[in-house]
Amino acid sequence: MSTQNEITYAQAVRDAMREEMIKDPSVVLMGEDIGVYRGAFGVTQDMYQEFPGRVIDTPISEAGFVGCAIGAAMSGMRPVVELMFSDFVSVCWDMILNQAPKMHFMFGGQLKVPMVIRTAAGCGTGAAAQHSQSLEAMLCHIPGLKVAVPSTPYDAKGLLKSAIRDNNPVVILEQKLLYRTKGIVPSRDYTVPLGKAEIRRVGNDCTIVTYGRMTHVSIRAAEKLAEEGISTEVIDLRTLLPMDKSTVIESVKKTKHLLIVHEAVKTGGLGAEISAMISESDAFYYLDAPIRRLCAEDVPVPFSAVLEKGVLPDEAKICAAVREEVG
Amino acid sequence: MDKQLAAQLLEKMLICRKFEESVQYYFSLGMIHGTTHLGIGEEASAAGSCLALDRNDAMYATHRGHSAAICKGVDVKRMMAEIFGKATGVCKGHGGSMHIADAACGAMGSNGIVGPSAALACGSAFAFKNQGKKNCAAAFLGDGAMNEGVVHEAMNLASVWNLPVLFLCINNQYGMSTHISKVMKNTDIAARAKAYDMKSVTVDGNDAYAVFEAVSGARKTAVENSEPFLVVMNSYRISGHSKSDGNQYRTKEEIQHWKQLDPIRLFKEKALSEGTLTSPEILDIEKRAESLISESVQFAIDSPFPGVEDIYEDVYSE
Repeated sequence: MSTQNEITYAQAVRDAMREEMIKDPSVVLMGEDIGVYRGAFGVTQDMYQEFPGRVIDTPISEAGFVGCAIGAAMSGMRPVVELMFSDFVSVCWDMILNQAPKMHFMFGGQLKVPMVIRTAAGCGTGAAAQHSQSLEAMLCHIPGLKVAVPSTPYDAKGLLKSAIRDNNPVVILEQKLLYRTKGIVPSRDYTVPLGKAEIRRVGNDCTIVTYGRMTHVSIRAAEKLAEEGISTEVIDLRTLLPMDKSTVIESVKKTKHLLIVHEAVKTGGLGAEISAMISESDAFYYLDAPIRRLCAEDVPVPFSAVLEKGVLPDEAKICAAVREEVG
Repeated sequence: MDKQLAAQLLEKMLICRKFEESVQYYFSLGMIHGTTHLGIGEEASAAGSCLALDRNDAMYATHRGHSAAICKGVDVKRMMAEIFGKATGVCKGHGGSMHIADAACGAMGSNGIVGPSAALACGSAFAFKNQGKKNCAAAFLGDGAMNEGVVHEAMNLASVWNLPVLFLCINNQYGMSTHISKVMKNTDIAARAKAYDMKSVTVDGNDAYAVFEAVSGARKTAVENSEPFLVVMNSYRISGHSKSDGNQYRTKEEIQHWKQLDPIRLFKEKALSEGTLTSPEILDIEKRAESLISESVQFAIDSPFPGVEDIYEDVYSE
């Protein structure tokens, strides 16, 4: 019989790894300070005791250990790497850009790279410009990778399980402000498929396409807008690469209005891609107003709490954007 | 030297040499597109190293990786077809000269980026260790790669995690056009192993048998003790860096000097003088190598080009 528990996002991530490690001996964890330190964000906790030799502290050598995980994956393991901050893709970028996603294609399908890179992303913790970025658009520009941003504990567990079982390199961006959020998660074995969006709130007047933490902010905005008589649909993409285009297209055809919300900076962001995707689809003919994007300001993430908050989309900005869109 | 081993080393080196000369020729005719990095003069390092490896050992090659791939056991016909960009190529025409892999014989792919193979090899070694296999992983590196940060990271990782990795450095003295003395204060590459508490050996990379002995010993240590080993093979690239090379950075005399030290020529002379191989035997090996290469070229030319309609097939694995 399946039970349900309210657990944190961090625990959901941990449970996914624990359950997969119990089931599959080829799953190992590698990362900086994931052992006795219990992970920089406390995700791994006491897993190093439960799985001796399989929760491995690495040197501060991101290219070295991500590369090692790729080689291990090509030789039969299923490594899950924790990259402490997603900003650190810069110091192992060759592995993420030129190695992991290229092996299968470049060598004609002979080799596969079943590995996961979990990494803490996003701002809101006062960690400033080098520890707060949302770099998903860069990752989505790399065919051969899969990229997911879970917004709830349920998805954090289900998407990670899918990622561990997937035969391709998958990057999971775990937004730092979500780690302590709670949600209902069944104790039974389940997965959330990669590449499938979720309609979080049904509405008729405007579609908001978003992902990650901005899903929650958008839902709150939608509730407020409902009081004004504006019915907003909120789509949580969950996986950014490959993207569930049809769910977005169908929603836009219904509501005839589209607002894209993300925490990443606007220029060259996923919003541009989603907007272009709609422009190229038959949903374009249904639009009653131009597509809008509400994103972070095009600046490095500032330190001061007032500034950090100020450059991001929030409930009020989303409400204003939807009002303008449907107005 | 053992007769059978001598014959194998010579045959592999000759196949490599004739393969690359052939690639160069069809390149000049415009029948091969892209670019190609030849390692003419470095065949002894590839042959000696790869014959010392087990078929199930993982081998990661560099962009100058034709010889390593051939010596590890990649099918020569399908490799030639790959370089011709054909559907029958070992990587279906997706990789080309710089990206040859054949998982069936442990050729885990040659890499277009300088350095990462060192880290990837750590991963295969990590897997073998976890799986209880008595295998090692070998990463070929050039002298230029020794200045990449990831190579330092990988050597440290292999050492501190006791991984059976062979770092096989072919020191051909040039990173493209830049001489090692301009980019390395201490050009004794093997000395770097000390920093990682790693064993190392330096060997004449133009002596196939010496390389074989050194790598065999290193492999035995790596697998038995589960530890990494750095082997430095001093050699020289007689061919240019790539098709764009105008040889402005070195003298004709220098190239001529190294032609005198051609590893295939030296090997034949030694085998004859020591009585390991006879002239007719050597001739026979040469003929076999030649016919394999001409068959390979014919196979490549006769093969169809891949169709773009299948291009999404291998972006993701099922």
